[in-house]
Amino acid sequence: MSASYAAAHSFNKVLEILDRYDRSETKIIPILQAVQEEYRYLPQEVMTFIATSLGVSPARLFGVATFYSHFSLEPKGKHILKMCDGTACHVKGSLAVIEAIRKRLNLTAKKITTDDMMYTFETVSCLGACGLAPVLVVDDEVHGQVTPEQALQLIEKIETEEKENA
Amino acid sequence: MEKYVYINDRPILWEGETNILALARKAHIEIPTFCYHSDLSIYGACRLCMVELEGRGLVTSCSTEPFEGMRIKTHTDQILKLRKTIVEMLLANHDQECTKCSRASDCKLRDLSNRLSIDKVRFRQTRERKPKDLGSESLVRDPNKCVLCGDCVRFCSEIQGIGAIDFAARGQNVNVAAAYGKSLSQVDCVNCGQCAAVCPTGAITVKSHIPQVWDAIHSADKYVVAQIAPAVRVALGEMFNLPSCDLTTGKMVAAMRILGFQKVFDTAFSADLTVVEEANEFIARKSRGEKLPIFTSCCPAWVKYAEQSYPQLLENLSSCRSPQQMFGSIAKERLPKQLNVEKEKLFVVSIMPCTAKKYECKRPEFVHDGIADVDVVITTQELGKMIKEAGIDIASLEPESMDLPMGFATGAGVIFGNSGGVSEAVLRYAADKFQIPVPENIVLQEVRGTSGLREASLADGNLRMAVVHGLKNAQELCDKIINGEAEYDIVEVMACPGGCTGGAGQPIVQSAKQRKDRTTSIYHADRAMPMHRAQDNPFINELYSALLDKPNSHKAHELLHTAYKHRKRIDDDELSLSGAGSEDRCKVRVCVGTSCYLRGSQDILAKTLKMVEENAWGNRFDIGATFCSEKCDKGPTICIGDKVIHHANLKEVKEMITKHAEAREK
Amino acid sequence: MLNLELVRESYNQARSLCKKRIVVCAGTGCIANGSLKVFESLKNSIALRGLDITVSLKSEDQNNLKEHDVYMIGSGCQGFCQVGPLVTIEPAGIMYGHVKPEDAEEIVEKSILKDDPIERLLYHDPVSGKAYKGTAEIPFYTRQSRTGLKDCGHVDPENISEYIAHGGYFAARDAYLNYDSEQICKLYQESGLRGRGGGGFSTGLKWEFARREMNDKKYVICNGDEGDPGAFMDRSILEGNPHSVIEGMMIAAAAIGADEGYVYVRMEYPLACSRIRKAIQTAESYGILGDNVFGSGKSFRINVMEGAGAFVCGEETALLASIEGKRGMPNPKPPFPAQKGLFGKPTVINNVETLALVPVVLRDGVQKFRSLGTDKSPGTKTFALTGHVANTGLIEVPFGTTIREIVFEIGGGVLDKDGKINNDSFKAVQIGGPSGGCLTSEHLDFPLDFDSLGQIGAMVGSGGMVVMNDSTCMVETARYFMTFTQHESCGKCVPCREGTRQMLEMLEDIVAGEGTEETLDLLQEAGEAVKITSLCGLGKSAPNPVLSTLRYFRSEYEAHVNAKYCPTKSCKALTPISIDPELCKGCTLCKRVCPVGAISGEVKKAHSIDPLVCVKCGACVATCKFKAIS
Repeated sequence: MSASYAAAHSFNKVLEILDRYDRSETKIIPILQAVQEEYRYLPQEVMTFIATSLGVSPARLFGVATFYSHFSLEPKGKHILKMCDGTACHVKGSLAVIEAIRKRLNLTAKKITTDDMMYTFETVSCLGACGLAPVLVVDDEVHGQVTPEQALQLIEKIETEEKENA
Repeated sequence: MEKYVYINDRPILWEGETNILALARKAHIEIPTFCYHSDLSIYGACRLCMVELEGRGLVTSCSTEPFEGMRIKTHTDQILKLRKTIVEMLLANHDQECTKCSRASDCKLRDLSNRLSIDKVRFRQTRERKPKDLGSESLVRDPNKCVLCGDCVRFCSEIQGIGAIDFAARGQNVNVAAAYGKSLSQVDCVNCGQCAAVCPTGAITVKSHIPQVWDAIHSADKYVVAQIAPAVRVALGEMFNLPSCDLTTGKMVAAMRILGFQKVFDTAFSADLTVVEEANEFIARKSRGEKLPIFTSCCPAWVKYAEQSYPQLLENLSSCRSPQQMFGSIAKERLPKQLNVEKEKLFVVSIMPCTAKKYECKRPEFVHDGIADVDVVITTQELGKMIKEAGIDIASLEPESMDLPMGFATGAGVIFGNSGGVSEAVLRYAADKFQIPVPENIVLQEVRGTSGLREASLADGNLRMAVVHGLKNAQELCDKIINGEAEYDIVEVMACPGGCTGGAGQPIVQSAKQRKDRTTSIYHADRAMPMHRAQDNPFINELYSALLDKPNSHKAHELLHTAYKHRKRIDDDELSLSGAGSEDRCKVRVCVGTSCYLRGSQDILAKTLKMVEENAWGNRFDIGATFCSEKCDKGPTICIGDKVIHHANLKEVKEMITKHAEAREK
Repeated sequence: MLNLELVRESYNQARSLCKKRIVVCAGTGCIANGSLKVFESLKNSIALRGLDITVSLKSEDQNNLKEHDVYMIGSGCQGFCQVGPLVTIEPAGIMYGHVKPEDAEEIVEKSILKDDPIERLLYHDPVSGKAYKGTAEIPFYTRQSRTGLKDCGHVDPENISEYIAHGGYFAARDAYLNYDSEQICKLYQESGLRGRGGGGFSTGLKWEFARREMNDKKYVICNGDEGDPGAFMDRSILEGNPHSVIEGMMIAAAAIGADEGYVYVRMEYPLACSRIRKAIQTAESYGILGDNVFGSGKSFRINVMEGAGAFVCGEETALLASIEGKRGMPNPKPPFPAQKGLFGKPTVINNVETLALVPVVLRDGVQKFRSLGTDKSPGTKTFALTGHVANTGLIEVPFGTTIREIVFEIGGGVLDKDGKINNDSFKAVQIGGPSGGCLTSEHLDFPLDFDSLGQIGAMVGSGGMVVMNDSTCMVETARYFMTFTQHESCGKCVPCREGTRQMLEMLEDIVAGEGTEETLDLLQEAGEAVKITSLCGLGKSAPNPVLSTLRYFRSEYEAHVNAKYCPTKSCKALTPISIDPELCKGCTLCKRVCPVGAISGEVKKAHSIDPLVCVKCGACVATCKFKAIS
């Protein structure tokens, strides 16, 4: 599949999403969610296009997109790791896991995506899986009672898979 | 039955005020607030206006409706302490360099801090300093002084209908930002400056051009002349506690001569000229039955707005330049000879009530061979500051009159300062032609007033006029016109509420009365003038016979008229849709800006993409969407290779693409 | 038209033809622990034995009734996530915890083919080691009064027939056919049902306000933006019994005259989103939701909206803004949503747990509902029990239950710093999450309800309950909650945006040993200002954890600022300097250099430092030749 095909496909998807939500400005949030699902982030040019289509000012759309933590205006990495930092997880030592992952991936609280665009690591608010604290989500798979060592093993697993696929 | 509310145990008559804050003003209590603004929606964020409501405890007075018999206390011990704490919290992250702030004298935060006797801020600065936005010609934004009251945001969207700025981010990081954090100069801001006018602090201010004016005045090389807009004279006095009557005009002229302006002229003169040109343009269109309604074009904020948002109406805009630019053009054309100075040395300074004028004078079409028609624009506020800087006691000056010939105006030119003024001036000019009876006092009440949209039907419906101020009102009217729901002959648009007297370059408005006084003073000034119709101005007639021949002549067009262009709203990159590929692919760009979008460009784009994909031509075409090719009137616009297709349709585009593909094959 | 009785009857008939029923918990917690693999593995093992198995029983099957050996379902959260994956076998009433796919063979062998429990998979009391056979015996469950959660973990959330068979949708039908709207509002006012989302406002009264508004369009919104870290009852209900929420919304709609509803769910709860979506679809296909609800001629439809990651959207007016596609910033009240809510129309917003209780009230009657709980706070409330307690999970107890009962009995006791049960190590319970306050040992016998908690500076909040033992630093705890609220502040109003940040800075100073007595006073003052002046509930309650710890543990704060000492040794910067008695030779050098006389000890005997006197100047550390001081 050519890059051109992929890009064209995404754009058609944006049109489809806009139509699915009747191009209604009250549906801004589901529209941005669906577009982000498609692009993995919200590219500025696509945002301007959405604003035009919905008849809202780009500044307003930017305001909405930057209000909700789910939206990202920066491209995210191929693999997304999310550490829960809710009360239960915090009490059960999420901080140590966070530190270990950041150290391993050379990331900080502000820099959340690796330079090679392979990983994005973010802390999220309570996932409601408090019985399993601390909880780490790796590419949508929930891992409970995670220790720093286990977290690093999970990263190693991805590394190995990536190497095999390369 | 009269209803009463008790404020601090004193009965206050409740006459339908919608909140306690407004009612308290009647009780002679100014409850502090940052985010309450009577023209805007209730926001309830600053929490300073809390009062004690018996039985309910503390409530915000901006959002609480009065009810009969309610008992309010406005300054209990608890309230005063809480206010102090809140102001301290605001100050902790506020750039406290008040001595260097242009809003030092009318900053609400500084004033409140003083009123509450805050002598120490017990909280610390928690946020990093952010850079200022210096990109705009008209405005400067300094986020470090922002109290996030949102007045600017709500004004821009609720009154102006633009939304060039909005809140971005959340919590600690909340800030007022243009789209994607860009500079105001890169987005759809029209420079009306009302954000600065409603800002309680120095977070958005008018960009100062005082140094350029001083430089010119102090340069032996420059001959500095000034033009003063009508609205300036009725507001400047506010900065010196002078009455806003005509007396100030003469004192202002005297002060300006002391400052070092070599000639002081009146923009009302070129407003008279505008009346003649615009009225004739209208009459010509009306008689030929083309492009109506004619929209006024004096307001540069409206012009930019129309260029961004209503490309389909641009041909309806009067081609007349604004009075400021007409003045500049005539000045640079005639004054060098009349004053015996070289054109390069003539320096034209505009004193304007307006921030968008700063942008207007920089428009490339008003600069010829590096010489601008108007060199610098300063606002009423800036002129006041220069007078203060020079230490001139304006109150005690003897009035002086303006210089001739361009200092002579009729009342028609003066009323340009009010919303409805341009219409009235044109009516006065064209009354005879349309057989409209003109009362003896020449007041045409039909177009006066304060409502956002005023309509008048004159000459048995042969002359239908609309006057709007505030761009949101303009937007609604334009949509109606486009949809065929309303028909007019003349539409006057002023971006600022009240027209130029309410411009953002005027001194900060502290009360509604202040606005009203300015409007009244303009009409008073008109009445005090010896003449009221532009066609009676002898110097205008002299100008035609000496230079311009007749209205709308070739020469007049060259000097006094202009053309408009379509502008994109956001300075954006193209949206590349075909990823990386070989460099020699044929470039296809489809405009999906507002206008082309509405004309179906998106469908063309989607189907073109599909076609290229189906034929596996991905390596031959590099397809992208652009946000504006600035040819909106001819949309949809599509570029294939170096060919530009206007009014594109799908069939045509498909044929072109196929042809290209086949040519490549060969 | 749908005949509920028929559905119930035929489902029960089909059910009676199943010999065994296996319930595998498929809540978020158990799935993360691998319960779906356990499900598959059990299914395979049963099939290998040649047993007949079904995974879905539908009322439509009545014409084709068949005997099954095993009926197997995945349920929603059963609340005891700590011991998951959970597998229950009926009718024997056996519950297994920590089940692994490898256990499937043995389970089939012993507990399906026969009725024998497998000892090692049963729940064992952490103290006595005693094994319990099932929920009917495990104290964690027996001491609860499950009402809203009753069917969670028992019914298949994706099987509407099962919900109907448990009495579901009968109340909604009654509401639409046998009551008028005024009667419903009155009935719920009489029931005393109060909002479980935090505020505790009377549900019936809220409906009544919206009912009285004249408007063609009204909305019912289910607030599932459960964001309090540590609370997950709303997730459990949406995942485990979504139909109860739909039914609750229908009754609310009938009460106020609404024809459209929204369920607003956090994006962090993907399973809850998909379950409620599916349940709505099913209810529509059954004609329960739609244009003619139970033939009443009234219409009711429900949309699902996923949040986009903002805690503040749990606040009513912010939630409305969010559904309208705006930044989720709260707006001043009045106008209340009941008057001007979603898109300017009268709107009722109820929380998930409240809505799940709504059908129960109508079905079982006001009297039965009021038989539990206290007079002013009738009924039950779900708490998410976490922290230093033996049993963590979701519990539902009547209002008026004491902390002692919850922590020591249902919770199985307090875990001390070594992880052992030791009730003496109890220090406090943080109730209501970042909006709540803490309760101390003096409140152990304090009956919990909306009003009593308010009086002592705490709140029911969403029902998070974190138990803390004596190794927990209360200052650090307050700091943690402040970090959370500060981060989640929308930034609109000044006190919340600026005040919570300033409070956090002060708390950080204190745990770093840089606080003074003035810091404490300013912290208190700022806290009270934020509490009184903030625009919305988030800001108004944000200072609670700080103010309540300042109230009950002021001495701990004082130790931090005056003695620069953290009594629980949690704050790194304030861990006292101490002398290792093994290394100390008793040379007295340190004692002599100490400027404040904090060191005592006899010659040639190990010395010690009084941390309350020590100013941590480090002189002794530098002097010691034996590296005994650190």
